[in-house]
Amino acid sequence: MSRRVVLLALEVLTPLVVLVGWFVISAGSTSLYYPPLADILERFGQIWLGAGFVSDALPSLGRMLTGYVVAAVAGVVVGTALGLSPVARTLLGPAVEFLRALPAVLLIPFALVVFTDDTTMKVFVIALGCSFPVILNTVDGVRSVEPLQLDVARMFGFGRVERLWRVVLPSASPQIFAGLRASLSLALILMVVSEMVASTNGIGYSILQSQRLFATTDMWAGIVLLGLLGYLINIALVVIEKRVLAWHRGFRASVLGS
Amino acid sequence: MVQAPEAPTDESARPAADAPRVAAGAQARPPTPNRAGALLRGATSRWAGVVAAVALWELLPRLGILPAEYIPPASVVLPTLVGLFGDGAFWSDVGATLSGWAIGLVLSTVVAVPLGLLIGTNTALHRATRVIVEFFRPIPSVALIPLAILVFGITLDMKVFLIVFATFWPILVQSVYGVQDVDPVARDSARSFGLNRREIFFHITLPSAAPYVVTGLRLASALAIVLAVTAELVAGAPGLGRSILVAQSAGASDLMYALIVVTGLVSLLLSAALSAAERRLLHWHTSHRAVQA
Repeated sequence: MSRRVVLLALEVLTPLVVLVGWFVISAGSTSLYYPPLADILERFGQIWLGAGFVSDALPSLGRMLTGYVVAAVAGVVVGTALGLSPVARTLLGPAVEFLRALPAVLLIPFALVVFTDDTTMKVFVIALGCSFPVILNTVDGVRSVEPLQLDVARMFGFGRVERLWRVVLPSASPQIFAGLRASLSLALILMVVSEMVASTNGIGYSILQSQRLFATTDMWAGIVLLGLLGYLINIALVVIEKRVLAWHRGFRASVLGS
Repeated sequence: MVQAPEAPTDESARPAADAPRVAAGAQARPPTPNRAGALLRGATSRWAGVVAAVALWELLPRLGILPAEYIPPASVVLPTLVGLFGDGAFWSDVGATLSGWAIGLVLSTVVAVPLGLLIGTNTALHRATRVIVEFFRPIPSVALIPLAILVFGITLDMKVFLIVFATFWPILVQSVYGVQDVDPVARDSARSFGLNRREIFFHITLPSAAPYVVTGLRLASALAIVLAVTAELVAGAPGLGRSILVAQSAGASDLMYALIVVTGLVSLLLSAALSAAERRLLHWHTSHRAVQA
C-alpha cells in the first residue's frame, strides 16, 4: 500500500520537479541561448495563442492534415492492392522498398523541382512520405490474414468485395493502425522540415526565422509548440486506436487469455 | 532470404508503451522473421522488380507521361550516378554523412543502453522517469534544428547533437522493455540455483534483453541517417543532403536524382548490414532460429 503511494508520488512529482527546476534555474538567465522559462512561456502565449496561430500554425496544420489524409487513403488502397496481388508485389516491391528506405526529407528537393506552387509542394511531400509506412504495414496485414477465415467466408458465399471488406481489412486493421501512427509523427516532421527548407509561413519557417534573427525566446516558444503538438498527436492516436480496435483487443484477450 | 528492413515502420517508429501489444508489435517486440520483407520473396522476383522500376523510369519521361525537363529518364541519370564514383567531392560527402551517423549512434548507444537497463531493473526509477520519457519521445527532433544551429554552428557537432537526441529515445525505451520482458521463471530459477545479482544480470537479464536492444539500434540507425541528411539539407552542414539541395538550386537535376538514389542506396545498405549483424549476433534467439527452420 505505502509502496504504491510512493511509486505514484514518484511518477507525478518527478516531472513537476524537473519543470520547476528548469523554471527556477533559468529564472535569472541572461544567456542568449537559454532564456528564462517564464519569458519563453510568455512569448508562447503572445505568439502561438495570438496572431501566429492564424498566420503560421493554421497553414501548417492544414497542410499536414491534407497530406496525411491523402497518404492514409492512398496507402491503404495501394497496400491492399499490393497485398492481394503477387504480380504487383513483384513489379513494384523493390521500388516501394527503395522509396521507403530513402530518407523522406529527400522528397523535398525533388518536389521543389517538380512543383511551382508552395502549398502543393508541401502537401505532396507529406502525402508521399507518409504513405510508405501505411503501404508496408497494410501489405503486411493483408498478407497475414488467417487462411481459415478466408475459406470460411468463401464457404458462406461471401463475394470478393465482401471478403475484402468483412474479413481482410478488419483483420489487417491493427497493422494498418500501426502504420498510420508511424506516419502521423512522420507527417509532423515532414511539415516542419519542408517549411524550414522553403516557405514563407508556417511553424517551421517561423522557428528558423526566429533563430536567424537571434530571437531565441521566440525560437524556444516554437520548439515548445512543436513538442506539445508531437505529444498531443501521439495521445490522440493512442485514444483513437484503443476505440477502433477495442473489439480486437477483447478478442485477443479472450482467446489468448493474456 | 532477402535483406529487406524488417520493421515496416522503422523510419519514424515511436513505440508507445501503453499501446496494444499487437498493434505496436512491429516496434515493441523483436522482429519476427516471417514478417521480413513482406514485399519481396526470392532473388528472381527482386530483380524483375528492379528491371521494371528502371524501365518505368526510362519510359514515363520518354513518352511524355512525366515531364522530362523535371524528371530526366534513367538513361540520363544513371551515367551521372556512375560518374560520381570517380568524384572526390562525392566521397567526402558520403564520409561526412556517415561520420555523423556513426558518431551519433555510438554516443547515444553508450548512454541509452546502460540507462535503459538500469531503469528497467529499478521500479522506482522507472515510475519516476516514465512521464518524462513519454513526453520527450514524441517531440520531433527536427524542431531542435534551429537550437542546434545556434549552439553548435554549422558543424559536425550540430549533426551529432540532433542524431543523439533523436536516437536516444528508441534505444532507451527498447532497453527498458527488454529488461522488463525477462521471463520471471528463468530469473527465479537462477536465483534458486544460487546465482547472485551480478550473475543473474549477465546470464539471464542481458541475453533476454538483447533482441529488444538490437531492435532499438536498428530503429535508431534509420532515424540517424534521416537526421543526418535533414541537418545537411536544412542547415547546410556538409554531406549528401547539402549537395542534393545545391544540385537542385543549380538546376542540375540529373546530379540531384543521382545523389538522391545514392542516398537511398546508402540507407538500404546500412539497414541490410544491421539486419545481417543482428542475425549473426542473435542466431541463438528464437525469433532468428525460426528463419532456418
